[in-house]
Amino acid sequence: MITFLKKNEILYFAIRNNKLKIGLSVLIFFILLTLVGPLLTDYSPMEYIGPPSAPPSSEYWFGTTTFGQDVFSQFIHGLKASFLVGIIGGGIGTLLGVLVGFVAGYRGGMIDEILNMVTNIVLVIPTLAVLLIIVAYLEVRGIFAESVFIGLTSWPWAARAIRAQTFSLRSRDFVDLARLTGMKPLKIIFSEIAPNMMSYLLLVFILQFGGAILVAATLDFIGLGPTNAMSLGLMMNNAVLWGALLLGFWWWFIPPGIAITAIVGSLYITNVGLDEVFNPKLREM
Amino acid sequence: MSLQVENLRVYYQTLHGDVKALDGATFALADGEIMGLAGESGCGKTTLGYSLIRLNARMRYVEGHVRLDGSELPIWDSEKMNDFRFKEVSIVPQYAMSAMNPTRKIGKMISELLSSRKVSYKTTRPELKRRLDLVGLSHDVLDMYPIELSGGMKQRMVMVLSTLLDPSLLIADEITSALDVSSQKAVAEMLVEFRNREIVKSMIVITHDISILYQIADTIMIMYAGQLAEKAPTDTIIHNAWHPYTKLLISSLPKVGVKYSENKLEGIPGKPPMLLNPPKGCRFRDRCEVAFEKCLEEPPFLELEKDHYVACWRVSDQYA
Amino acid sequence: MKRYFSRKILVYILTFLLAVTIDWMIPRFMPGDPVDVLMARAGSFAEASELMHDYYTGVFGLDVPVWQQYLNFWKALFQGDLGISVYVFPRPVTQVILDAVPFDILLLVPSILLSWFAGNHFGAFAARSKRLDNTILPLGYILTATPYMWLAMVLAWALGIVFNIFPISGGYSYAMTPSLSWAFIWSFLQHWFLPFISLFLVGFGGWAIGMRNMIIYELEADYSHYLEALGAPRKLVRKYAFNNAILPQITGLALQLGVIVAGAVVTEVVFSYPGIGYLILQAVNTRDYFLLQGCFLFIILGVLIANFAIDVAYVLVDPRTRIGMQGETT
Repeated sequence: MITFLKKNEILYFAIRNNKLKIGLSVLIFFILLTLVGPLLTDYSPMEYIGPPSAPPSSEYWFGTTTFGQDVFSQFIHGLKASFLVGIIGGGIGTLLGVLVGFVAGYRGGMIDEILNMVTNIVLVIPTLAVLLIIVAYLEVRGIFAESVFIGLTSWPWAARAIRAQTFSLRSRDFVDLARLTGMKPLKIIFSEIAPNMMSYLLLVFILQFGGAILVAATLDFIGLGPTNAMSLGLMMNNAVLWGALLLGFWWWFIPPGIAITAIVGSLYITNVGLDEVFNPKLREM
Repeated sequence: MSLQVENLRVYYQTLHGDVKALDGATFALADGEIMGLAGESGCGKTTLGYSLIRLNARMRYVEGHVRLDGSELPIWDSEKMNDFRFKEVSIVPQYAMSAMNPTRKIGKMISELLSSRKVSYKTTRPELKRRLDLVGLSHDVLDMYPIELSGGMKQRMVMVLSTLLDPSLLIADEITSALDVSSQKAVAEMLVEFRNREIVKSMIVITHDISILYQIADTIMIMYAGQLAEKAPTDTIIHNAWHPYTKLLISSLPKVGVKYSENKLEGIPGKPPMLLNPPKGCRFRDRCEVAFEKCLEEPPFLELEKDHYVACWRVSDQYA
Repeated sequence: MKRYFSRKILVYILTFLLAVTIDWMIPRFMPGDPVDVLMARAGSFAEASELMHDYYTGVFGLDVPVWQQYLNFWKALFQGDLGISVYVFPRPVTQVILDAVPFDILLLVPSILLSWFAGNHFGAFAARSKRLDNTILPLGYILTATPYMWLAMVLAWALGIVFNIFPISGGYSYAMTPSLSWAFIWSFLQHWFLPFISLFLVGFGGWAIGMRNMIIYELEADYSHYLEALGAPRKLVRKYAFNNAILPQITGLALQLGVIVAGAVVTEVVFSYPGIGYLILQAVNTRDYFLLQGCFLFIILGVLIANFAIDVAYVLVDPRTRIGMQGETT
């Protein structure tokens, strides 16, 4: 086993990296919770099933809201929403980032200048403000719409990072060699550059994922989230709206925040761990 | 004697075990001696050079003693070693292009460095200016940022800085490798000038380019696979080497005017051994034409003629 | 120098143009008629609705061709006229926003600057020893992963309700009116502290992490190794590393402004702190689109100005960009 691991260097370091282990464990825990959760609760999130404002008990694990809804059930559905937004929103952001960043980095010249300007403009605009305006005018919105919006506004960071990475890869000797041998550009991209970018793209996606969850939570909190689903941000919105702070109903707003912090935090830590695994220079001796 | 090194061993720590990069070096340097240290990549010459001034995080001191001007250099203790750095032992690094802080004016950096080493910048300043004149740099460079200097200027600046406090021992690590031929000549001549003016007492010039050493070195020491192969005055090494490796090395240098059709360029077949688990005995054994059974035992580095040291059983058998 | 700045200014102008255009476009190109939405709020009463409809159409300027609406919008903008607020009808939007601006400045400027300074020093400190690093690093990651509003909520609940140390709503006591009296200032500070501390903590985590990474990178640079070879004490090497590592953190500050604005918005919502963020919430809830658009324009203006200030600061601080530019002019 050890010899197999030593041969496959990446796996070997991956298994020994503490940050990766901790980060992934927390993530997997929440993913499992999301998948298994609906089976653990009998109630749907919006149903009025119990006494209002009840603290956690064996009957209602996370207590109830002011309206007598099951907080645990809302929590589970909120987790699902968060993961969906993270994947779709983060995915779209990464995709757009790759498109813009890679083309800018690979072609250079005028195309790079123009794309750079576009990226800078979108970077400077505070995206929350734009989202506020857009979303405020839409009466009915779903999780998918929210994810798309988040993806459409969060790509500049990814584009910048990928452009920088493309630049550095493009000028590497093995690419020059490929060009010298007359390889078609598309083939160069797919067979020489892409494999080296893969690990980097994974890191970028993880950060986009975490970022999307945070932005979604913010939007939901102001009341601009999906109108047809429960989400962690919405739970916190409702909690504040209905005085959970003043009345001390901590079970309503503490769990959603812990979940977001834990998920995003573990994503960041996984990211650092993966970076160490992929990049020999960062590994600790 | 200026420098005495005795049985120095420094290994690199890796996941797979210790790489025996420097495995038992014993030699001496006289006052005023410029010794060239040559060998293939990975032979341990840079390790030897750095172990005399600063072990980096991956290097591990195993055993051995180094004496400079009579006092022991505590190379295993980085803090104690600090008293000697810059003042007694100094280094001109390979990366002169990026050796200076890019966001600090050069003069300011030098003054901050000197005061941190408890040396008065004010009293040193006139000497600094004289050195700049010596290497042909205008005094204005002190007011510039490194980015404003050309590559050659930066190289000269680093040489001035490294030798500013008149160290007894200067280690020059591949300082000509990145330069064009005329710059190489200028830098090499500068080194000799520094020694002649007694700015530096003795020097170790690390390079894989033997032709430079032929120009400026008094003695040349050849290393192979972490161990010393031969040390002798320059002329002896070039024209009358004893160690089989040295002989092959010298003969594989291209000579001006010789055509391939007349005289094929001989390489040395084979590769140097991996130093994770080096072979027992003489490490050149597998590639050596004259190896015999005794070579399974590690040959000692012996002075078989005045100032001519070699580690080879064949040779010691002949001359002993 | 000139070329660098003229490039930047071009980007800023284009951004502003784009932002204003988006701002103008969205209500007009979104599904649904903004007037109808406003009307729905007002309820229906046959004659009144027609009057209201005409009124709102006029107020929105929807009775003229589209391109003229666009120009009118710009004209009004330069006159400082952002329309009339519906939420606090009939006060003009500009005035409503200007009332909120001082609260925002007093909240954002200290929290941004302090979290940046403190976070950077702390991150540099963490890079000193392995043990420090292993305790500070996870703390930093957790802080930066904490949603702004949740931290605000936890602080409000813990320090405001449970321990009853601080008030948790308003910018000052509801019994007072803004004045320069000590009583008012004290009341303001009490109300200001929790929002400030919550913005500070999240930002602090992010900067600490970033700086720690940058310092490690600098400590591994050639110049650091050279200094160490020349026997420079750790203090000098660290000082140089810090000065070099801080430069990307300055650009980072510019990039983070959008995030910080978002954070401020939700924090103000939690604490009902009377800044622009709070206005945004009210605007959303009352469908006051004029106010919403006005807030957006203010925010973007603020962000552009801050960005520009940071760009100038960066050039002053990094000799490499300065030298590079001097090369261009000669």
